[in-house]
Amino acid sequence: MSTSTAFEKAKAEDRAALVGYLPAGFPSVEGSIEALTTMVEAGCDIIEIGLPYSDPVMDGPTIQDAVQQALDGGVRVDDVFRVVEAVASTGVPTLIMTSWNPIERRGVDRFAQQLQDAGGAGLITPDITPDFAPEWIEAADARDLDKVFLVAPSSTDERIALTTANSRGFVYATAVMGVTGAREKSSDLAAPLVARTKKLSRSGADLPVGVGLGVSNGAQAAEMAAYADGVIVGSAFVRTLLDNRSDEKAALKALASLTEDLAAGVRAR
Amino acid sequence: MTTHINETTSYDADELGWFGGEAEGFGGRFMPEALMKALIELDDAWQKAKADPEFVAEFDAILRDYANLPSPLYHATRLSDQLGVRVLLKREDLNHTGAHKIRNVLGQALLTKRMGKTRVIAETGAGQHGVASATAAAYFGLDCTVYMGKVDTDRQALNVARMQLLGAEVVPVPSGSGTLKDAINEALRDWVASVDHTAYLFGTAAGPHPFPTLVRDIVRGIGDEARAQALEQFGGLPNAVVAAVGGGSNAIGLFTAFLDDKDVEIHGFEAGGDGFETGRHAATIQANDPGVLHGARTYVLQDDDGQTIESHSISAGLDYPGVGPQHAWLAKSGRASYTSITDKEAMDAFALLSRSEGIIPAIESAHAIAGAVKIAPEIKERHGEDATILINLSGRGDKDMGTAIDYFGLGDSKQGEAQ
Ligand SMILES: Cc1ncc(COP(=O)(O)O)c(C=O)c1O
Repeated sequence: MSTSTAFEKAKAEDRAALVGYLPAGFPSVEGSIEALTTMVEAGCDIIEIGLPYSDPVMDGPTIQDAVQQALDGGVRVDDVFRVVEAVASTGVPTLIMTSWNPIERRGVDRFAQQLQDAGGAGLITPDITPDFAPEWIEAADARDLDKVFLVAPSSTDERIALTTANSRGFVYATAVMGVTGAREKSSDLAAPLVARTKKLSRSGADLPVGVGLGVSNGAQAAEMAAYADGVIVGSAFVRTLLDNRSDEKAALKALASLTEDLAAGVRAR
Repeated sequence: MTTHINETTSYDADELGWFGGEAEGFGGRFMPEALMKALIELDDAWQKAKADPEFVAEFDAILRDYANLPSPLYHATRLSDQLGVRVLLKREDLNHTGAHKIRNVLGQALLTKRMGKTRVIAETGAGQHGVASATAAAYFGLDCTVYMGKVDTDRQALNVARMQLLGAEVVPVPSGSGTLKDAINEALRDWVASVDHTAYLFGTAAGPHPFPTLVRDIVRGIGDEARAQALEQFGGLPNAVVAAVGGGSNAIGLFTAFLDDKDVEIHGFEAGGDGFETGRHAATIQANDPGVLHGARTYVLQDDDGQTIESHSISAGLDYPGVGPQHAWLAKSGRASYTSITDKEAMDAFALLSRSEGIIPAIESAHAIAGAVKIAPEIKERHGEDATILINLSGRGDKDMGTAIDYFGLGDSKQGEAQ
């Protein structure tokens, strides 16, 4: 199932889609399934499941903290597929967000097959660009999996064209020059980047553009929903779990209410 | 003597940074899109700079007048007698700041100036590259931030103080294992946010394209000088050239000049730690497991899931779970051979060189000496009485006195710690 179905649904309702991220295995494998399911029930349209990796480049301190705890807890790549299967079975398009090496280690084809078998929609690959991903592009195309590549404020027009031409499902626009992490103020780089991306995308409005990095509340989500097809939230969700580490119930409650706030935000464009 | 930075060999990467081609090869540029523009610009700027005679002349002058280069090629006669072959030492230990690393940072910082950037960042393990970067930043008047694992800042306090004295800000990195690989991750994160005015002075011939090529070009003077010196002083090329391999900068700096001399054997020695079979080592090439780390496909110490495994070595400068992609290609193509040296073998060689020649080497360089001790009998057998081994003495051992005092039980390491 491609994430484009969720974008189409949101578009039909004249709103942006809400995309939520959590790493698998944090606070535990079962705990992450419960948390992600809570996010689905409270209004996330698309789920990104982080694959915990020892040497992330694009993760800021919040996500890195959670990912390190997941690794310390012994989470394995096979556990990630288990989480994907559980979340995808709710009917919500579910992607894995991952650094490249775990895919390469398993074998690109085998990884893609396991992802498909688990019901996953595709991959978001923050540390590899289309020009260095021919194997993944081939494996994904053979299985109708989404290839979500990233564009950045620093991307040249030529590279945005290359990236959008190779993306499927949606393209991920990073709103700031920097790593993941909730930010106080929305970035003023995001809107021009989305506009440039839409203009340079050969499929035009057909390829949805999601905006991420820094979004932490409904008001910010509404701001971004004004010009983006999807609003992507990660660190803020992770933060609710980190802040309520000793109280699982409170954590899920905080997670649900943040999701509701953000879901209202993407409807208030 | 001029630097041959604009020359090529048949083992160079293609324009996308692949050594040995994309399908089977190593290298590439596995990086966030946010850094792509900067990496492409850096590559373009380097191609232009190295083709510009003015840039090359300026680099040569700085190396000569500031860094004390070319370093001598020294015939180590007493060590030669012991090993039964002629031993030549490329004396990079005599360079300003005490290692080959000064070449790399002066070259990259000169390029930074040319590109109009005002700030540099660097990562460091033991602190050698950090000290060199802080030195180059002071020389060129650039702001400098050095990332260093928290574990390393604690055990290398004197190098931290040195960097601070030179005007750099040192940022301890607590994440992951708190060592070099985490410092690289943190430096990359800084770079994503600061790339418009900041250059990343990469510490070794690893990382995303163009760094493996850029660093190699800048440090290849080691081998260019040594090759010319050998011809002039001894009337021929050595039978074997030998270097220690961490990320691989001093080794590729030496090897490059000899890659197309098919008669010259090339030997790299990685850190074997407690012994390769114990799993506690930094012998990445020997482990022979390809993967992607810090932006390049290369050999990586990793588990079944592709998670990086921490490396172990008595030598902080060799303690890295990856290796520069050109070395991976030289190993796979068979042009160079790579094996490992245990901590014990390295420390035996450390003592051997100290006593036989009055030169206390860096423990990194002691791995190369130990490697030469190992291969000397076969080199002699193959090439006879005149057999010659050229060893890169990449740095001096002042920085390692604390470790040596502990290892040899020479007294109170706190008092003896030179850095
Ligand atoms: C003296 C010396 N030699 C060698 C190395 C290893 O680095 P490389 O493999 O990049 O030469 C270091 C690194 O700190 C060093 O200080």
